[in-house]
This record gives sequence, C-alpha cells and structure tokens, in this order.
Amino acid sequence: MDYKTIDFNEKVVEMKQITKKFGDFVANDSIDLTVHKGEIHALLGENGAGKTTLMNILYGLYHQTEGDIFLHGKKVDIKNPNVAIEHGVGMVHQHFMLVPIFTVTENIILGSEPVKGAGRIDLAKARQDVVELSERYGLYVEPDKKIQDMSVGMQQRVEILKALYRGAEILILDEPTAVLTPQEIQELIEIMHNLTKEGKSIIIITHKLKEIKASADYCTIIRRGKKIDVVEVAECTEEDLASMMVGREVSFAVDKDEKTPGEIVLELKNLTVEDNRGIDVVQNLNLIVREGEILGLAGIDGNGQSELIEAITGLRPIKSGEVLIKGKNVANESVRDIFKSGISNIPEDRQKHGLILDFTIYENMVLENYQVEPFAKKGRLDFDKIKSFSHELVEKFDVRPTNIDLRAGALSGGNQQKVIIAREVTNDPDILIATQPTRGLDVGAIEFVHKSLVEQRDKGKAVLLVSYELDEVLSVSDYIAVIYEGEIVGHVNAKETNENALGLMMSGGGHGE
Amino acid sequence: MSDFVRAFAFILGTTLMYATPLIYTAIGGVYSENSGVINIGLEGMMYVGAFAGAAIAVVTGNSWIAFLGAGVVSGLFGLLHAVACIKFNANQTVSGIAINFLAPGIALFVSRRMFNGATMTPSVPLELKLPRPLNGMFNSLMETYPDNLLIESLSTIFNQYITVYIAFAVVFGTWYLLYKTRLGLRIRAVGEHPKAADTVGVNVYRIRYLCVSASGFLSGLGGAALSIAIVSNFRPGLISGQGYIALAAMIFGKWKPRTTMLACFLFGATKGLQFFLGGPMVGFEISADLLAMMPYMITIVVLLGFVGKAVAPAASGKPYEMDVR
Amino acid sequence: MNEVLIVTLLAILMGLVVGAVVLVLAGYNPAEAYKTMFLGIVSRPKYIGWTLVRSTPLILTGLSVAFAFRTGLFNIGAEGQFMVGVLVAGVLGYVIELPAIIHLPLVIIGATVAAGLYGGLAGYFKAKYGVHEVISTIMLNWIALYFSNYMVYRPYLKNPQPEATYDIHETARTTIDWLQPLLGRSVKANWGLAISIIVVIWVSYYLFKTVQGYELRAVGYNKDAAEYAGINVNNCIVKSMFIAGALAGLAGALHVTGVSFHVSKLAVSEGYGFNGIAVALMGNNSPIGVLLCALLFGGLQYGGTKMGTLGVPSEVVSIVIGSIIFLIAISKVFKPILKYINKAKGEVVK
Repeated sequence: MDYKTIDFNEKVVEMKQITKKFGDFVANDSIDLTVHKGEIHALLGENGAGKTTLMNILYGLYHQTEGDIFLHGKKVDIKNPNVAIEHGVGMVHQHFMLVPIFTVTENIILGSEPVKGAGRIDLAKARQDVVELSERYGLYVEPDKKIQDMSVGMQQRVEILKALYRGAEILILDEPTAVLTPQEIQELIEIMHNLTKEGKSIIIITHKLKEIKASADYCTIIRRGKKIDVVEVAECTEEDLASMMVGREVSFAVDKDEKTPGEIVLELKNLTVEDNRGIDVVQNLNLIVREGEILGLAGIDGNGQSELIEAITGLRPIKSGEVLIKGKNVANESVRDIFKSGISNIPEDRQKHGLILDFTIYENMVLENYQVEPFAKKGRLDFDKIKSFSHELVEKFDVRPTNIDLRAGALSGGNQQKVIIAREVTNDPDILIATQPTRGLDVGAIEFVHKSLVEQRDKGKAVLLVSYELDEVLSVSDYIAVIYEGEIVGHVNAKETNENALGLMMSGGGHGE
Repeated sequence: MSDFVRAFAFILGTTLMYATPLIYTAIGGVYSENSGVINIGLEGMMYVGAFAGAAIAVVTGNSWIAFLGAGVVSGLFGLLHAVACIKFNANQTVSGIAINFLAPGIALFVSRRMFNGATMTPSVPLELKLPRPLNGMFNSLMETYPDNLLIESLSTIFNQYITVYIAFAVVFGTWYLLYKTRLGLRIRAVGEHPKAADTVGVNVYRIRYLCVSASGFLSGLGGAALSIAIVSNFRPGLISGQGYIALAAMIFGKWKPRTTMLACFLFGATKGLQFFLGGPMVGFEISADLLAMMPYMITIVVLLGFVGKAVAPAASGKPYEMDVR
Repeated sequence: MNEVLIVTLLAILMGLVVGAVVLVLAGYNPAEAYKTMFLGIVSRPKYIGWTLVRSTPLILTGLSVAFAFRTGLFNIGAEGQFMVGVLVAGVLGYVIELPAIIHLPLVIIGATVAAGLYGGLAGYFKAKYGVHEVISTIMLNWIALYFSNYMVYRPYLKNPQPEATYDIHETARTTIDWLQPLLGRSVKANWGLAISIIVVIWVSYYLFKTVQGYELRAVGYNKDAAEYAGINVNNCIVKSMFIAGALAGLAGALHVTGVSFHVSKLAVSEGYGFNGIAVALMGNNSPIGVLLCALLFGGLQYGGTKMGTLGVPSEVVSIVIGSIIFLIAISKVFKPILKYINKAKGEVVK
C-alpha cells in the first residue's frame, strides 16, 4: 500500500449511480465507485453480490440500465469491450477468456492482430511484441505454447499481458488469486505494485480478506447489489471487512470438538496413476485416513489430485498399487462396486459430475441408488418411495426451493451442492471424499458444508477433503497431507502448522514430519 | 503394365470428378462448424443449388451466371439457417433438418412452375455447360501422339471440368484464410470460445452469420458442380444423400479444410474403384450392388482403424448469448 | 409441458400459413387447395384408411429417432434399419412356410432383432472406437440399400415380373380381412397400426418408469455424471442404438407384412427413416407426440397427393412440413405469444 503512487487529483474511473437489472432481478442498485490514478482499489462482496456485474459494465460486456460512467473525467458510453479497450480499460477475468487450443501469442493478439497486407497475420511481429511486453512487466511466458498445456498461474499471466497489449491503463482483476499458491499470490501483489508505479490503476474484485489487507489501498464493499461503504484498507481489520460484507458478525473458527482418530478406513499403498498423456501423475503415493478424522489434502491444482481421486473412485485405471477400504483392495474395480464398498464422493465439478441438471431433484437424489430396493423392484422404479425419500432429504438439508419436481439446473450453486451432500452423506459411507466442496458458494453455504463434514467425522466416519483453499484446509482438517508432483511430501497436524509452511511444501520446498 | 496404368488413371480421374461436388459442400460445412454452428442442412442447400444452377443455365444460357447464381440461392438458405441459429438460438440440428425438407420442397415446387410440371430441368447443351479448360490441349496432344499411354492417362486424370480446379482453389483458399489471416483466427476463436472472442471485441454474431451463409453458398456451388458440369440437368434423385456424405467427410476430416478434401477424395476413390471393378477393364463379374456397397464399407473400416475420436470445435452447437448471467 | 404443446400447435398453424402464402405466390387458391387436401383425408372411410396405413411406418421410425435423441444419440440410420427390417421380413416370410401362429411372430421378431443388431453395430462403433454415430449410420444406410437390392436379385428370391422378391406367404401377413369390405379392396388394412400404438405405450413405460430407461436418459443428458454415478455408459450407448434400430426395423417388418408383401429393388431409399426424423422433432421427442405427429405427417403427405387434381404441386407439403419444423426450431419467436396467453390465463383464474 504505497500511497505515493496515488494521484488524488486524477479520478480515472467514476461510476455514478449504476443500476443493472436482468429482467426483474436487480444485480446492481445505484452503486457509486471512484478510483484514482495509481490506486489499487478492492471491490469486496460475497458470491452473487454484484461485483463482477459492475465490472462487466465497466468493460462493456453488459450495459447499465441506469447511471453514468466517467473515464479520465470524460463521460463515456461503453457499448462494448472495444470502446472500453479504446479508453484504456482492460479486464482479467475470473474464468479465463483464453482459447485452449491457441498459443499464448494467438490469444494475446486476438482482436488486435498485427497484419501485413491483405489481412495476413504478421506472426513474427506478434511474437516480438509479446516477448517485449512480457520482459517489460516481468510476466514471463512462452509465446508458442498452447494454453491447454500451461499451468493456471501461467495462464493468468497471459490474461494480464492481453490487457497490457491493448494499452490498458486501468486494469480490472476478477478474483485473481483463486487459483494461485501463496508464493504466486505474493508475486502477483508485487506485479500489481509495479504496475501502479508505472501509473496504472487497478481494481481487484475479491472476497479474500487477507489479500485485500496485503495489497489494496481502498475498498468498496458491495452487498446484495448495493454499495455499503468505501473504506481505507489500512484502517480496517479483516473482521471489520467481513462483517460489512456479510451484514452480521462473522466468526472464522470452525466449531470442532477434539476427537481421536481410530481405525484405518482408507489406505493408499504405492499408488501410481497415469494422466491422459500417459505420464505418471501420481507416483508411489501412500496415504492413510482414519475413522473420526478429517484429512485435508493440500496442494496446487495440477499436482495429481484430480487423477488421484478419479483413481480411488474407479473412474481412472490404476497402474500399480493398492486402494484398501477397511482392508479390502478395490483398485481398478468398477465405479459401482467401489461405491458399494463404502466410498462416497462429492465431486469437484458439481454440474458436470455431481448432478444431471436436466433431471428433477428427486431423480438426482437417487442417482447412485436408483436400481436398488426400495427405489426399484424388478427393474421398475418406485416413484412414491423415491419422492418421499427426496422430500425427507430436502427438508433435512434445507434445500431451497423445496419443490422436488424442479429441474436440478434451476437451483442455485449452493443448493445444488446441498442436494449432492444430502445424497452422499445419506449413503452412510465409511469414507467421504469431498473435492473443492465450497467452490463458488456464499458464506452461508460454506458454513453448511463445513458443518456437514464435521458431523460425518463426529459420527466416526473418515473424511478426505481435497481443497485448493488453504484457509479451508487449515480450519476444517484435523490432519493435513501435502501433495506435490504426485507424491505426499508432508503430513502434519493442522493445529501445528500455518499457511507459509504449507505453501512451502506445496511448491516443493521443505518437509513436514 | 499398361493396363495397370490405365486402371490407375481411370480411378484417379473418377476420384477427382466425384469428389468435387463433395468438396465444395464439405468445405462449406467447415466454415460453419469452425465458427461454432452445426449445419446438417448441407443436403438441402446442395439440392437447391443443383436445381438453381440447372434452371438458371437453361434460362440465361450462361453457365457462369448459373454457377454463381446457384451459390447465391443456396446462400440465402444458409442465411435462413444463420438467422434461426444466431438470432433465435434455435436448436441447430433441428434447423438443419428443417432446411432439408424446405429446400428440396421449394426447389421442386419452383421446377414444376417453371418447366410445366416437370421435376427435371431440360438438358443444357454441351456448349453451354461449364468449360473443360484443358480439353483443347489434350485433344490436340492426343492427335499428335496417338497411342501414347502417358498422354492418354494424363488426359483421363486431368481433362476435367473447371469446377474441379476451382475446388482445389477453394480448399487452399480456405486453409489460408483460416490459419494465416486475421479473419481466420477470429473465426476459429468464435468456434472454440466465443466468450473469449467477445471480450476482446470480436463480433461473434457477425462472424457466424458470415460463415453460415458461406456454407450455404459453397453447398450451392457443390450442387451446381453436379448439375451443370458432371451431368447436364437436374433431376430429383441427383443429390440423394451426397450432402450427408459431405457432412461425413467433414467429420472424417476433423473439421480442417485439407483433411476434409482428402476425405472427399477417399469417397471419390472408392466410387472410382467401384466403377472400375464393374467396368470392362476387369475380367470378372461382380454384382453392381455389391460394388456399390464398397465405398461405404471401406469408409467405415478406415474410420475404425485410423481416425480415432473426432473433436469438434468446442463451442459447436451451443447458441451464444450476450448479456446473460 | 403445456407450453411445448402450445408451441407445437402454433408451429403447425404457422406452417400451414406459410404453405398458403407459397400457394398464393404461385397463383393458386390456398383455401381450395387445403380444402381438397382435408377432404382427401377424411371424407371417405377409404381415405381415412389410407392415411392411417401411410402413417403407420412413421410412428415407429419417428419413435426410433426420438428414443435415440432422448438417450443423447442422433439416429440418422433409421432409414437403413428400416430397410434391414423389410429385407429380413420379406425373406423370412417367403423362404419359410409355417402355420401363421408361428410364422408371423417369427418373421416380425426376426426382422426386429436383425435391425436392432444393425443399429447396435453403430452403437458399438461409437462406444468402442469413438466413431460418431452420424457418420457410421449414414454409411450403414447406403450399405443396407445396396445389400437389399443385391438380395432382391438372388435367383431364389427374385420374382420375374416386378423388380422385387416373391410375395410372402399368407401366413406371414398381418392383413385384417374383416375390414376390407368397409374400406374397399385397395386399402391394405392391417394390424400394423395397432401394434405400433402398443409399442409406443411400451416405449413410454420403458423410458420413464424403469431402471434401464432411467440409465439411458441419464447417459443422454450427462454422460459424465452418469459415469460418476456408476452407470456403464458404453453399454448404454450400444443398448440405445439396438433399441432404436429395432424400432425402425419393426416399422419395416410391419410394412412388408401388412402393405407391400415383398421387397422391391430401389434406386434410392424410400425416406421412411428420414421422415421419421421430422416426425420425432415435430413431436418433441416424446412418444405420444411422435404418435400424433406421425398421423399428421402421413395425413399431409397423403392429402398432398390429392391436391394434384387442382394442379398444385405436392411439394407444397414438404414446404409446409419444413416450415413447421423450422418454426419449432426457432420456438423462441413464440415467446411473446406465450406471455400473452399466460397473462390471459392468469386473469381468468383470478
């Protein structure tokens, strides 16, 4: 937070009384936003509060229903991204706007391609420009590498370069740290400060309080589409920011009793798994989860977690090694048989793997058990039993709306997750695996998910939590294992470690226990 | 030995001839699909083009106007598909099937009105058909050097209608456009990740309109390449599924122009083989029907062995909506 | 569900309007043309009989395509599977002679299973080799056509006069004799319609009430989630294509045993399968929708031929049908009308 970079005389962005309606739904309600030159301004709010909508308006992807926007003191009608780009606004999106099969260079120049005669792309110049730009701002990338072959952190650099290539003076970063390690987050904060030293202004959309404290000068808090307040970050605590964001007192601690882990439920012995390209992405991995324990698996996305979980649950073949559930080896058995052996899984991508969006809620409730009694008899489904079962669960887990005839696709993300959790927990598995279970959920839903996991553990079940959010891993887990390049490089008691130690192990340095 | 050369030349020549209408249509499909819009309606558009080409040729007496006119008429059907898919977010498959009923219906209806109730157009006399540019050259060469195997073979292979050569130009032009130019980069971006293209200011809608209309235009050229080049009129059974074959060729060629052309050659070659085996050059008799099955069986075998999973452009088939949460 | 019905009806109405416009542009009187068509379908028992007979194959080919769509597959191959059904039924009906109580079921089941295997083959290609069912079934359509022609010409099958096989025996036919006097000699009244309707009901039950139907629909909507839930996706793909093929083949078998009684040599395929695609889409891929739209389609086609007496090209029916499907595709265009109707309904309820 270097106030020296801020020029309080120059307001680069002024959004006045911005209102945006989607049909009857009011996403933004008379919001004001002011950003000065050289400032890092945070936009804080829960999921669905309206922060991304507001910035999409600034970038021209949406058009405001009411209100005015002034850039560099001049009123501008931002009809589309081209107009925004012309006025020096650039956006780095939360879900990257990169074409996976294109190279870094192709993605950066798309829409502003350098040409030599008759529309032919001047690839040499493009590559040169990219290299120059990346060196100037310290954002190193390989110009000819395809996006789909790159790490997430590197992809983000490409997104930032895209904006800088078009001469962005005002950079909007939408949830930039969601996919980065602690070290990469530090690097990003440094990059942001370098940019402000060069006179750029940055708006960062986030719900990560720690990062706001570490990087932003000022913060505008948005709740349910309305602006709550603008604060000087240095003068606030994280708790202050959190209560303004949510509208009530917030405690960060997860309520947990002490529990001593019991018998081994899940044991992975020398597990080796290949990824889609035939490379060993899980190597001789050993792991144990016990009764009454929540084991958090921490690691950067891409170190083998997805393949590991797929292998355990039967979706991916195991090259060698054993998966023992209460002593029984289920390696390479069918998905259904493994399921029957006592594993339940809350998948990472709830819409792709966890639910069939076009099925009703009650059809989704029995997604794993439709074929057994009492839901089916002699090949025929018993809808009375299915529906009463679903009613029960919907009430017990507070799924809203409660109409079980609705398409699952009509539910909000949080409620969809509740359906999945209700289903998996009711299976009464010996071990429950949850991968990124709170992704995209608001604070209330997150609390619910954590509560469910702790309940399972209190009942004496084993829980394996795979998460990229260190805060979550630290607060929910009893023990934490760190995965790096397909191996477990550390196994620690959650109470005896912290973010930095974990972050170090996650990037391959240091060792725990 | 000379028999082998003659056989080879015959098959190659037939390949070029039969593949050409498929190439136009399949490349049309390539444009549409690479921009993210499925076009099952290639059959109907090819049908209409075949009729329009023949009809315009009869009426104007000019085969070039007919050729281009066929493209324009089919282009209008392409535009119709575009409007349905882009403006109304139609289910693209359904819209394509609709065009496969609409277009032939309209073509035959118009034919009956124009030609006194007939569904066949009058034949176009030889002088009015599209030219064979190398005909003069080959004729004089063959007079000067009679009984020369090499010249005879080259004539069989290369003495083709001009539509064949234009087809090559279309393929390479498309390759160049898609992979070397600015427009091509944007088209492919729109087909893979339209939102990404939108966020950098590329007009997704405009590009899709362009590409889908182009697919209609090219399919029309394909149909005309049949009706006013290979044969000399239009009749209802002329197209009979070749639009679907072109669709298959495009999928086979993994939506890329040059490999799509090769897929069309494969179909053409198996047809050539079929005619060869049924013709006078071969000593034994094979049932014409069994021979007719051959191209399709060979295709399946090749698909099973070599092609592997075909991956369409990622956004293919999904309507794109701006300003939606 | 209600909305879908309204949209379909609106599309049919607008499709007829488009046809009327085309007629006017071509100088015909649409009212006269439509009247002729309508009367040509309903004014005499004989006509109604013909309409029903013509619609029957479309019920099952439409069902075949609709079933496949529901399970995530595009069965362009209904055309070829139909022909396989025709061929096997035609051969079994002639080459064997048995009492009707065995012969007829044997013929029909044999044809249905053969066509099912033909469809299942495409499913296998997709599951095991990743070959898109659109390409493989297009190829299989052509193979079926030419193979059928080849078989027709086998000396032991070929009937010297028409380009066809010998007729099948009486014991393999589904003709309803006691309806003949009612409808006249030319209408080939047969049990095909009744059987088709029973099959529609059965498919409806299978798809929506059974465990297997649940699995097939799950795979059709979301392959990944189905796999995650332990469903064997590849088995489902093959099973779906088998059933879809069997349905189209049954349509062919009923056609042979009830109407044509032999297998003809064809220059091009007759189009029952392709028209089935139209019927499925018009019927929104629902079994009962398919049934009704098959009747509509058959009626329009048959009635269309009657318009020839006025000099109206029968192709106007293709234009009407194409327009109906097109309007269903862009059904979003009906949104304002739906809103208006919903508002009106709301006020009445109050």
